[in-house]
Amino acid sequence: MNAAIEAEAARLKELGESKPRLARDPVNEPMINNWTEALGDRNPVYPELAPPAMVQVWTMYGLNGVRDDDDPLGAMTKVLDDAGYTSVVATNCEQTYHRYLRPGEQLAVTTRLSDVVGPKRTALGEGWFVTTLSTWYVDDEPVAEMMFRVLKFKPPEPTGSVIRPLVNQDTEFFWAGTAARELRVQRCPDCQALRHPPGPFCPRCGSGTPDYVVSCGRGEIFSYVVHHHPPVPGKRLPIVIALVELEEGVRMLGELLDVSPDDVRIGQPVTVDWSRVDSDLTLPVWRAVP
Amino acid sequence: MRTLSGAAAIAGIGATEFSKQSGRTELRLAVEAVRSALADAGLEPSDVDGLVTFTMDSNSEIAVARELGVPRLSFFSRINFGGGAACATVQQAAMAVATGVADVVVCYRAFNERSGHRFGRVSAAVASAPTTNGIDASWSYPMGLGTPAADVAMFARRYQHVYGATSEDFGRVAVADRRHAAVNPNAWFHGKPITLADHQASRWVVEPLHLLDCCQESDGGVALVVTSVERARDLPHPPAVIAAAAQGSGSDQFVMTSYYRDDLLGLPEMRVVGDQLWAQSGLRPDDISVAVLYDHFTPFVLVQLEELGFCRPGEARDFIADGAIEIGGRLPVNTHGGQLGEAYIHGMNGIAEAVRQIRGTSYNQVDGPVLVTAGTGVPTSGLIVSR
Repeated sequence: MNAAIEAEAARLKELGESKPRLARDPVNEPMINNWTEALGDRNPVYPELAPPAMVQVWTMYGLNGVRDDDDPLGAMTKVLDDAGYTSVVATNCEQTYHRYLRPGEQLAVTTRLSDVVGPKRTALGEGWFVTTLSTWYVDDEPVAEMMFRVLKFKPPEPTGSVIRPLVNQDTEFFWAGTAARELRVQRCPDCQALRHPPGPFCPRCGSGTPDYVVSCGRGEIFSYVVHHHPPVPGKRLPIVIALVELEEGVRMLGELLDVSPDDVRIGQPVTVDWSRVDSDLTLPVWRAVP
Repeated sequence: MRTLSGAAAIAGIGATEFSKQSGRTELRLAVEAVRSALADAGLEPSDVDGLVTFTMDSNSEIAVARELGVPRLSFFSRINFGGGAACATVQQAAMAVATGVADVVVCYRAFNERSGHRFGRVSAAVASAPTTNGIDASWSYPMGLGTPAADVAMFARRYQHVYGATSEDFGRVAVADRRHAAVNPNAWFHGKPITLADHQASRWVVEPLHLLDCCQESDGGVALVVTSVERARDLPHPPAVIAAAAQGSGSDQFVMTSYYRDDLLGLPEMRVVGDQLWAQSGLRPDDISVAVLYDHFTPFVLVQLEELGFCRPGEARDFIADGAIEIGGRLPVNTHGGQLGEAYIHGMNGIAEAVRQIRGTSYNQVDGPVLVTAGTGVPTSGLIVSR
């Protein structure tokens, strides 16, 4: 895998500069005015001259643009995507301007691959730093250059696996229930008290022969947290964990799936769903009731 | 009347430096702390006949006794439930002294909690312990709720919802702690006070808790020497007399996840402790000059004020407003900087601060009786010490 990435990097470096790609429009006053207005730059030399930092603007692909086949960043991106390094973040951008541009000048840009370094362990995940060098020309005159570096990385997988419950004779009915997709709540057959978490005796009447009822699985969020840190085995953070009061009156913890943390509210109705970890473990989870 | 009040005193306190990487074993930390406490008390290892620590401590009583050269132990005991054990170690020692089972008992706690095993991480070992605690943990850990911060955050969210407390209200505890730590040279955050804006800007750990709602993680050790009040009066420092010492557990009690009680707003176990503290000492909340309230996470400091009777349920946010829990306020809290500011030594450093307050050697000195609490969210304990 690494050898294939390095081979492709070497091949693309060998190709050198891509063929010049013309800017869609010449340097022009309306675009300069839009830019300086958006940035609040009132320098009176604009729009008679173009702000140097606009150089990249002139050769942007536009909304529906497609990278040229010989664009080395596009080619390198594809190789890294295919190898699982699917995420990207720009890490460095250094531009050098040789002179001001004026309205009417027609720009072209070329790009070559400078280097590809990796795999590196980063805070974001394992990845490759891809550096390209671009040069902008007016006719044959280089007017600006840019070193651009991105990190192409693998989004980190959850570390470890979900923590498994300890199960004993007092609690196995609950976990047999989740496997059968039943949310079982302990009940005292003598005094009818419901209870979660379960235990061998009824704290209310002392009966030692508990059975259970199957909950309807509906309830309301009694409280909840949004867990950001530290890592939780088997989970991609952040996660929302809700303490739900079931309609039967007992409370139970579970992960609340497929919600935006900012939309969660105490009192929100939820219903139980099932997260099958493997053949031996199914966890109850919550889903918001629309 | 049978009472523990006034029978025993803390005659010596000792500690290692508080750090993020001690660079030495937990046993070495424990023995250094104990030696330091004995020196402070003017006693020798040969005077020690009792040792008490936490069930969580990795240093057994016999290992500590060996390294100290203690020839004979007549009392050794351990207390369960994490930080909830802190004040109960002193209660154990006081009971041993009061009953004549031992004369000089040293309570100790030492760990590399930052450079070694970090309690703030998710511990699969906790959830798979072959005990009732492991079974209890099976209702939270597999569901993704597996850190102390997350456990407290679940409570804090409900408390905010019902009482209208805000993140800023929690933050005022952090600001007070860090203000006090700023003038304590032994505090990790010496010289580093924070503002409420700093608290609000700190990143989320588990919403609704920011990073600055969470105590630090520390390496270090603390030890306390307990003996009879009579003997303590012959030793170098004014004794910190144990006016009250209590443990407490409430109904439907769990470790950090007592989520199944009628409401999720109080710490009934701390009320059990507080009721005993007031009864044993004959004091009332108004008599307390300084409170060292266990502060692994800020929300429970508010709840403790309510459960101990300093204010009514839900009113702690009003009680702590306007700097009331800072030095110069009506009830300065955690004058050493607390576990957010000084160090996280499982509450034992807070007991040492209470002793300094009684001696008049705190960096934020206030005169009068001091109330100390141990871990919250767990079965817990408390002390009142006075002159």
